[in-house]
Amino acid sequence: MHVGGTAALAAEAQTASRTAERYVEGPIRAFAVATVFWGIVGFLMGVVIASQLAWPLLNLDLEWTTFGRLRPVHTSAVIFAFGGNALLGTSLYVVQRTCRARLFGGEDMGWFLFWGYQFFIVMAALGYVLGITQSKEYAEPEWYVDLWLTVVWVAYLVAFGGTILRREEPHIYVANWFYLAFIVTIAMLHIGNNIALPVSLGHAKSYIAPSGVQDAMIQWWYGHNAVGFFLTAGFLGMMYYFIPKQAERPVYSYRLSIVHFWTLIFLYIWAGPHHLHYTALPDWAQTLGMVFSVMLWMPSWGGMINGLMTLSGAWDKLRTDPALRFSVVAVGFYGMSTFEGPVMSIRAVNALSHYTDWTIGHVHSGAMGWVGFISFGALYYLVPKLWGKRGLWSRRLVEWHFWIATLGIVLYITAMWVSGIMQGLMWRAYDELGFLQYSFIETVAAMHPYYVIRMLGGVLYLTGALIMAYNLWRTATSEALGEEAAAPAAAARAPALVAAAAN
Amino acid sequence: MPTKIEKDHITGTETTGHEWDGIKELNTPLPRWWLMVFYATIAFSVLWMILYPSLPIPGATGLTGWIAREAVTGEMQAHQARLEPMLARLRAATPEEIAADPELRAFALAGGRAAFANTCAGCHGAGGQGAPGGFPSLADDDWIWGGSLEAIRTTILHGIRNTEDEQTRQSQMPRFLADGLLSAAQVNDVAEYVLSLSGRATDQAAAARGAAIYAENCASCHGERGEGNRELGAPRLSDQVWLYGGDKASVVRSIAFSRGGVMPAWQGRLDPAVINMLAVYVHALGGGE
Repeated sequence: MHVGGTAALAAEAQTASRTAERYVEGPIRAFAVATVFWGIVGFLMGVVIASQLAWPLLNLDLEWTTFGRLRPVHTSAVIFAFGGNALLGTSLYVVQRTCRARLFGGEDMGWFLFWGYQFFIVMAALGYVLGITQSKEYAEPEWYVDLWLTVVWVAYLVAFGGTILRREEPHIYVANWFYLAFIVTIAMLHIGNNIALPVSLGHAKSYIAPSGVQDAMIQWWYGHNAVGFFLTAGFLGMMYYFIPKQAERPVYSYRLSIVHFWTLIFLYIWAGPHHLHYTALPDWAQTLGMVFSVMLWMPSWGGMINGLMTLSGAWDKLRTDPALRFSVVAVGFYGMSTFEGPVMSIRAVNALSHYTDWTIGHVHSGAMGWVGFISFGALYYLVPKLWGKRGLWSRRLVEWHFWIATLGIVLYITAMWVSGIMQGLMWRAYDELGFLQYSFIETVAAMHPYYVIRMLGGVLYLTGALIMAYNLWRTATSEALGEEAAAPAAAARAPALVAAAAN
Repeated sequence: MPTKIEKDHITGTETTGHEWDGIKELNTPLPRWWLMVFYATIAFSVLWMILYPSLPIPGATGLTGWIAREAVTGEMQAHQARLEPMLARLRAATPEEIAADPELRAFALAGGRAAFANTCAGCHGAGGQGAPGGFPSLADDDWIWGGSLEAIRTTILHGIRNTEDEQTRQSQMPRFLADGLLSAAQVNDVAEYVLSLSGRATDQAAAARGAAIYAENCASCHGERGEGNRELGAPRLSDQVWLYGGDKASVVRSIAFSRGGVMPAWQGRLDPAVINMLAVYVHALGGGE
C-alpha cells in the first residue's frame, strides 16, 4: 500500500472532523500570531543594530537606543519571542495530535501559557531598554523576570507532560521526545544559570552566586545549550512533525531518530566550554568542550538526514509547494551550521574565529536559515489549518518570501564570513620586522563595507517576513478560502487543495 | 492505533507499524557512512584527550605536554627574543642617532607606526592629523611644545599637564573672564585683535581697542605679534592652525575660560625603545624639525 498520499489525507479528514471539540486551538492561534509579530519586531531590531554598527550615529546619543541596550532586545526578540512562541505554539499543536489527547489543563492552561510568556517577553525587553540587565548573554533578564519565567515554564512542562501522560497512542512520537527534552533542559539551564541574590526585594539589581571563571563556565554551559536545546532540539521536534506532514511521506528512519536523539542529548550538554577557548578556564575543560563538539557532528546530521530523506519519493513537491521548500532548505542550513560549529570548536580554528564576525555569521546561518525557515514552513502549514481554510491565500507570495529571504541570508552570512576571517587575519598579521601590521581601528574600518552588506541582508529578510505576515493575514481572513469545519468539507479537501495549489 | 507493519512501495522499506496523526516511520537501518564517521569522531576525541590535558587534576597534561599558558608565554618570549637585539640598540641610542642610522631608522619607523596606531591614534588620528577639540595635528610644522626629535621625545615621556609626572610640560593660561581679569567687552575686543593677527578681524574698531589689552595681558606668553612661545606651550596665534577652533566664538571661549589640554605621560608604561621609536615616527610624519 502507498503510505501517505490520499490515504493520509483521508485519515486526516477523519481526525479533522473531531478536531474542533477535541483539541485546544485558541491559544495556538494566538501563539501563531505572536510568532509573526515578534519575528517582525526581532528582525527589525536586527536591522537597526546592524545599521548602528555600520553608521554609529544611529545610536542617536540616547541611552535607551544605544547598541548595548538594543542588541539584547534583538537577540531575545528573535530567540525567545519569535522562536519561543513558535516552539510553544507548535509543540502544543503537535503534542495533542500525535497523542490524540486534549491539552492537559485545557483552554485555560493554554491561555495562561500564552499570556504568561508574552508578559515575560515584555518585562525582559523593558528592562533591557531601561538598562536593567544581568549582563549574561542570552540570559540578560534580572531575577524578577527569571522567577516569572520559571513559573510559566513549569506550567508548560506540566501541560506538555500531562498531555503525553493521557495519550491514546501506545508510543510517544519522536517530535515529542525532542520537545520534551527542550522543555526539561531549558528549565534546568534557566535555573542553573540564574542563581542570584537580589540587592533587595524592592531592587531590580542582583548578583550572580558564582563568580569568575565558574560564572563564565556556567554561563556558557547555559549559552551553548540554549543553542542546543532551544534552537536545535525544540526545532527538530517541529521538523519531525511538519516535514512528514508537508511531504506526506513516512519519516525516513526510526532507528536513526532514536540514535541521533540520545547522542545529541548526551553530547550537547558538555560542549559549552568551546566558548571559552584560550581563557582562564582550565585546559582540561577546554579540551572536553572541543571533543564533545566534534562528536556532535554526526548526531546533528542525523536530524538533517531524517529530514531530507523523508522527502524521498516526494522531491517533486519542492517545485510545487514553496512552504515545504522553506522546511527543507531550513534542514540544509541546519546541516551546514552543525558542520561549521564543530569546525569552529577546534582550538586552532577558534584561535582565528573567536571574537570575530565569523561567529556572528555562524549563529545567523543557524538562526535565519534553520530556526527562521523551519518556523516559516510550519506557519504556512499551520495557519490554514488553525483558521479552517483550504489553503494559503497566495502561493506566489510564499515564493517571493522564499527567494527574498534566501538572498538575505546569503548576503548576511557571506558578508560575515569575509568580514570575520579578514578581521581574524588582520589581528594576527605581523610585518617582516615583527610588528603588528594593523591597529584595531584599521580592522574596524576594513569591515565597514561588509557591515553595510549585512544590513542589506537583514532588510531583505525583514521584507520577506512582512510579505509572510500579509499573506497569512489574508489567509486567515479570506472568505473565499472557506470554512472547513464540517466533516464532509474536510473529506473533500484533497481535490480542493490540489486546485488551490494549481492556481 | 494497533501496530500494523506495511511496506512502503517507493523505497521498498517496511514501516515500524506505528502511526501518529497520519505520520508513519520507515524501519531504515542507520546509514553506514553516518555510523562510520560518528565512530571516527569518537576515536579522534579519545586520541585528542590522550594527547592534550583532559583530566581535572592539577598539573595533569596529555602526552604532548602542551599547556595553553606555557604555549602562549613561549610564543611571546620567542617574539620578544627576536626583537630584543634591535630594541636594545634603540634603548641605548638617542632619537637623533636612530634617525641618522638607516637600519635603526627603518626599524623605528615600522615599530613606531604600530605603537602609534595602538597608543596615540585614538586622540591624534590614524595618520597623526589631529582632531578638533584640543588634539593637535602631528603631521604639520605647527608645534606647541617643539618639533625637534628631543622635544617630541620629552613630550611623550612626560606628557602635558600631567598630574603624576613631575617633569611634565606645564603651563596654565588664566581664565580672563571667569576670574574677573577682563570684562566681557574687553574679551570681545581682544578676541577681535587676535583674529586680526591672521587678517580675519571683522570689527576693526574693536580690534584696535583690543591691541592694548593684548599687549598687557597676552603678549608676554603669546608674543608681541602672536608668534607663540614653545617654552610655555603658548600656541602661535598668527597662523590658520587652531587647536580649539579659530572662529570668533571659540576664540572668545578660549580667552574667557582658558583651555589647558592634557596628555598622558608614557614613561614607565612603554618600553624606552618604543618611546624612541615613537619620537622618530612622529618626527617623520611631516613636520619634524
